[in-house]
Amino acid sequence: MLEIRDLHAAVDGTPILKGITLTVNAGEVHAVMGPNGSGKSTLAQVLAGHPAYEITSGEILYKGENLVEMEAEERAQQGVFLAFQYPVEIPGVSNAYFLRAAYNAKLKAAGKEEVDPMEFLDLVEEKLKLVDMDPAMLHRSVNAGFSGGEKKRNEILQMAVLDPTLAILDETDSGLDIDALRIVAGGVNALKRPDNAAIVVTHYQRLLNYIVPDQVHVLAGGRIVKSGGKELALELEARGYDWLLEAVA
Amino acid sequence: MSATIDQLVNREYQYGFSTDIESETLPPGLSEDTVRFISAKKQEPEWLLEWRLKAFRRWLTMTEPHWPNVTYEPIDYQSVSYYSEPKSTKPIGSLDEIDPKLLEMYSKLGISLNEQKRLSGVAVDAVFDSVSVGTTFREELAKEGIIFCSFGEAVREHPDLVKQYLGSVVPYSDNYFAALNSAVFSDGSFCYIPKGVRCPLELSTYFRINQSNTGQFERTLIVADEGSYVSYLEGCTAPKRDTNQLHAAVVEIIALDNATVKYSTVQNWYAGDENGLGGIYNFVTKRGKAMTNAKISWTQVETGSAITWKYPSVILQGDNSVGEFYSVAVASKMQQADTGTKMIHIGRNTKSNIVSKGISAMKGQNSYRGKVHILPKAEGARNYTQCDSMLVGNECGAHTFPYIEVQNNSAILEHEASTSKIGEDQIFYLKQRGLDAEQAVSMIVSGFCKEVFKELPMEFALEAQQLLGITLEGSVG
Repeated sequence: MLEIRDLHAAVDGTPILKGITLTVNAGEVHAVMGPNGSGKSTLAQVLAGHPAYEITSGEILYKGENLVEMEAEERAQQGVFLAFQYPVEIPGVSNAYFLRAAYNAKLKAAGKEEVDPMEFLDLVEEKLKLVDMDPAMLHRSVNAGFSGGEKKRNEILQMAVLDPTLAILDETDSGLDIDALRIVAGGVNALKRPDNAAIVVTHYQRLLNYIVPDQVHVLAGGRIVKSGGKELALELEARGYDWLLEAVA
Repeated sequence: MSATIDQLVNREYQYGFSTDIESETLPPGLSEDTVRFISAKKQEPEWLLEWRLKAFRRWLTMTEPHWPNVTYEPIDYQSVSYYSEPKSTKPIGSLDEIDPKLLEMYSKLGISLNEQKRLSGVAVDAVFDSVSVGTTFREELAKEGIIFCSFGEAVREHPDLVKQYLGSVVPYSDNYFAALNSAVFSDGSFCYIPKGVRCPLELSTYFRINQSNTGQFERTLIVADEGSYVSYLEGCTAPKRDTNQLHAAVVEIIALDNATVKYSTVQNWYAGDENGLGGIYNFVTKRGKAMTNAKISWTQVETGSAITWKYPSVILQGDNSVGEFYSVAVASKMQQADTGTKMIHIGRNTKSNIVSKGISAMKGQNSYRGKVHILPKAEGARNYTQCDSMLVGNECGAHTFPYIEVQNNSAILEHEASTSKIGEDQIFYLKQRGLDAEQAVSMIVSGFCKEVFKELPMEFALEAQQLLGITLEGSVG
C-alpha cells in the first residue's frame, strides 16, 4: 500500500529526513518511535503533503501511485488521513458542517453523490458512539475551546467518518489521560480492517499497549535506525533511546 | 502556500464587463449650470432646485475630509461627468419598454427585472448610471399603500413626502460628500411604508455604473411610518476601468414610532487591479433616525471599491429605540476601507449593537472607525461593540479607531476586539480533510463572518456567499 524509498526531506533548506525506506502493507499497523527531533512528525507531515516540507530526493508510492505529485487534498480524497498532533481551531464553523464538507469532498472525488445534512447526521451518530463523544460536540465550532482530550477524540471521530485507507496518527496519545487514551485507541482498533493500514507515530510505548503494532521502527537523526516486532517497543520503554543512538554514532 | 491565498483573494472581478449602450452624457465639469441642468432634466419643482443650489454653494465652501485612514491622489471634481442616462430610456412606465440590452445586462448580473420570474420575492428598482430604468412589483406593493419608485418619480408624484423628509436625517450641509450629492444627485430610490403595514416583499435597489468617467450620485429615502416594517436590500457593481470613478451616495432612513427598518447592502463595486489601478471611490453617507420604540438595523458586506468611506449610523432619537450595525468589510489587492458606524443615543433606554468583521488580504488596508455617543438625557443607554479583524498574508493591515463619548453615567458600554490570522496551518488542516484551498479559505472566512451573514435576508446571504466564495452553514450546524 505504501512504499517509501530513500526519502529525503527538508524544511527551509534544513534537511530533516535523510533516507527513509519503509513498506506498509494492507492490514498492518506500524509504529514509528524515536526521541524528540528525530523526524517522526516530519515524516507524518510529509506523507500528508504539508507544503512547508520540501522533498529533496527519494519517492513515495501510495497504492502504486506517486504520492509526492499529489496535492494534500488529493491525498486525503484518496484515503490518506493524518490525525494531527495539534488539531487546528476553526471558529464559527460547526463540527457537523466541517465533517460533512470533508465527507462530501471525498464522495465527490470518487464520483459519488454527496449526502445531505439529514443523511449525514444518521451516519455521524453511529461514529460518535465509537469515540464516546457527546452529540452536542457536533454543533460546537471545530476544536474551538475543546480540551486537549476532546481535540484528539475529535480527530478520531473524523477518521471514523472519513474511513481512511492509510491513517497516520501523529502523537495522538500526547496529552491524553488514561481513559481518553483507551477511548482513542479503541476507536482506532475498531476501524482496523484487512484492507487498510495505520502508521502510529509516538514517543512513548504506552499507546502500544492498546494499539498493537505489527512492526516498530525507531527513527533517529532522520533515519530508521532499527526495526522490529512489537517487543522492540517494550525494550525501548525499558532501556530508553540512548543505546540505539550510541550504536548508530 | 501564500501564493494560493493570493490567487484566491485576487480572483477575476466577474461583473467587470461594460454594456455598449448609447448614452446621453453630460460633459465633465461642475458648476451651478450643472446643477440647474440636472434639475431641469428631471423636471423638478423650484424648491428642489433651490435646495440643490444651497447645497452646491455650501459645498464650495467645504474641504474634502482627510481624516480617514486612506490615501489617494487628489480628485479633480471638474473632470467628472455628473449625468449620464441610457438614450433609449423612455419615461418610466411599463417594464416592457426597457432596452433589451439593459435587461440582458441585469440578467447577466443575476438581477431579474422580469416580474414573471418571481423567484426571489424581491421588488427591484434598477439604477443605471444616473437614472432608474425600472421598478418591479409596483402595483402589487401599491395595494398595500406602499410607495416604491425612483427618486425622480417620487419628486413628481409625492412631492409632499419628499419635501418633508429629504435632508431631515442627512442635511445637505452634513459633510463634503453629502453636500456634493445633495447638489448633483440624479436618481435613486424612494420608499414609503404606511402606518402598520408590514412590507410583504424585500425591496431592493440595484446600482450599476456603466459609463466611464461618470460619477454616480444617488439618493435613497426610506420612510417607515408608525408601526410598519420593511427590509431593504442594496447591491452595486461597475465595469472594470483603468480610471477611478466617484460614487457619492446618500441614504436616509426615517423610522417613526414602533417601526422597524432593516437595510442590507452587498457592495461589490469594481475594486481596481492589484497595482491599485482603477476602481470606485465609494464615499457614502448613510444614516437613520429611529423614533420611539423604533429599530434600524444596518447590515453590510463590503467587498468592492478601491476606497470605501462609509459609516452607516443611527440617531436613537426616541425612547427605547434600537440601532444595529453588522458589517463584513474586505480589503484585498490595494483596496482601502475606512468604515464603521455612529450610534448617537439621545432617547432614554436606547440600545445599540455593533458587530464588525474586517478581512484584510494582499496589500489591503482595513480600518474600523466607530463612534458611540451617549447624550446627557439618554438615561439607561446600552451599547455593545464587537470588532474583529482577520489578516490573510503579511502585507495587509487592520486598524481600529473606536470613539466613545458618554455624557450620562447610567450608560453601560461594552467593547470587545480581536485580531486573528488565517494560518497555513488552518488551510493545511482543511486540505488534509479533502477540501481544496478555495473551499478551505471560504470555510474559514465564513466562520469568521457568521454573526454578520446570519443577519442578511436569505436572498442576499446567497449573493454574499457567491461573492466571498463562501459556502454557508448547512441546516445541520
